[in-house]
Amino acid sequence: MNPILERGHRRLPYLAAAVALTAILTGLLAVPGAFSPGEAAAIAFPMAAVFVLLAGSVRYTCRAAPLAGGRVPRSVATHAAGAAVTSAVWVLAGAAVARLLSPLWPERGIPARYAAQVPVLFFAGVLLYLVSAAIHYVLLAFEAARQAERQAMELQILAREAELKALKAQIHPHFLFNSLNSISALVGSDPPRAREMCVFLSEFLRKSLAVGEKKSISVGEELSLAKAYLDVEGLRFGARLSVEENLDEAGGPCLVPPLLLQPLVENAVRHGIATRVEGGVIRLEARRMGSRLRIVIENPCDPEEPPRRGSGLGLANVRQRLSARYGSEALFAARRLADSFLVVLSVPAELAE
Amino acid sequence: MTDASETSVLIVDDEAPARAILHELLSAEKGVRILAECANGFEAVKAATDLHPDIAFLDIEMPKLDGFEVLELLDPRIAVVFVTAYDSYALRAFEVHAVDYVLKPFRAERLRDALARARERIGRKERTDPHELARTARPTGQYLKRVVVRDGAQVHLIPTAKLDYAEAQDDYVALKSEGKKYLKQQTLASLAAALDPARFLRVHRSYVINIERLKRIELYAKNSHAAVLSEGTRIPISREGHARLKAALGEAE
Repeated sequence: MNPILERGHRRLPYLAAAVALTAILTGLLAVPGAFSPGEAAAIAFPMAAVFVLLAGSVRYTCRAAPLAGGRVPRSVATHAAGAAVTSAVWVLAGAAVARLLSPLWPERGIPARYAAQVPVLFFAGVLLYLVSAAIHYVLLAFEAARQAERQAMELQILAREAELKALKAQIHPHFLFNSLNSISALVGSDPPRAREMCVFLSEFLRKSLAVGEKKSISVGEELSLAKAYLDVEGLRFGARLSVEENLDEAGGPCLVPPLLLQPLVENAVRHGIATRVEGGVIRLEARRMGSRLRIVIENPCDPEEPPRRGSGLGLANVRQRLSARYGSEALFAARRLADSFLVVLSVPAELAE
Repeated sequence: MTDASETSVLIVDDEAPARAILHELLSAEKGVRILAECANGFEAVKAATDLHPDIAFLDIEMPKLDGFEVLELLDPRIAVVFVTAYDSYALRAFEVHAVDYVLKPFRAERLRDALARARERIGRKERTDPHELARTARPTGQYLKRVVVRDGAQVHLIPTAKLDYAEAQDDYVALKSEGKKYLKQQTLASLAAALDPARFLRVHRSYVINIERLKRIELYAKNSHAAVLSEGTRIPISREGHARLKAALGEAE
């Protein structure tokens, strides 16, 4: 749509241009003595209005004909054609105006005198077209810059939101309430174990609070957090839960975002161990392989069990954090095998400086 | 149920400490006899069938069968109290259907209240429809993943992906899956409402078919069609069913 027909702030510059153009055209027609000032103004005002309407579409020509990226010759040709066509249309519109005015003063021969000015007006039209094209290019550049700025800001906000959501999702309320319930139960039946559970739970919470603030922690620390979590769950699930941990020496100090593995370990318990009567072993592995760090989490699961409510959220969370941090440098794969669930992730091996 | 004033209860939870606290608090109540403690859904169904408890305290997330599936398979005269830690979807469903529940961890008083209310419900058959309850507890856009069917003391799990069709038979539905037929006490309308509408279609008042099993549609009398499924069964299609089927297949193409 033509910007002049749109609502709002975009229309204002065009209205101002119409006023200025009326003044210029009046001068152009009256100063050489071709028309009296009154006649000149009567022709200039409608012509200015028509030109502004035509100039509105120059905006789209400019957008379609960028001045950068090796397409300049084509853009110049586009504008040359645009200038000629616009000016011709404009001059013709002027002729129509002159004819409309002629019945008012039949004796003055306005259309004939207008015809004499056509070459000058055509040249003026071309110039005006070029000026308006230049102005539109500047305006478009401004708009593009503003939009880029806004987009950058939106991206930043999105990234921060994703990070916040990620941190919030790390510790599921289900876990806390179930742990508190276990403590409540053990207080009556087995006070020493109740105390142990309080200590395990506090240790896990303290550790996760401490690392939540950091940008990175070593994978060794990350695994010890996972172990603290599994200690708590171990008291809930008893013999059903066992853990096998494998961390090689070179991998230990490599850095990862804190609590990255937490949703995965939580899934391994909730969608794995908890769905099996006989429980099973959760396998955690972190190894450095050349310039990469490879982490594996595997848990047994019941092949007959349909996915539980809320599964998939944890995986999406980890995937999101990995791509925010490493972009395309991170690999992430989650597979359901015959009777186990396997998550493998590989990130660039980074060390603290 | 030796003594008329005595209430027999079943405790069902897969975590030992959670069973222990229920056991401790319930056994301190007068007139309560704990019949059994079960660590998974299968055990719970079996124990309920063998022992006829008055009340069952049911956890939701358990191996084998979850709490909602256990509820479906229990004698409706058993009063059920759900015991859960945190599950926003389940809690919403409990509120909607006014089902009694206790949140972990709980105080002795809270459990006592739930016990008293459950005692009033014992033997009354008019309880919440378990299928409706489970449906409300599913997040929107998620559908039934498997159907549980009880056959005496045996429990069959039929994944909906392996379900060929369902047929209404009075108050029951007959389910055909992998060459076998199962009978379940549920209306066809209730089952159809729980199934994924993108995969299951009601082609007739008495039939719901799995669209993926459809082999062809046959014209078998004037204006009358039948669906032939990949395992060979012929299913009648009503006029409305034919229109629905055409619409569904048209979309898929």
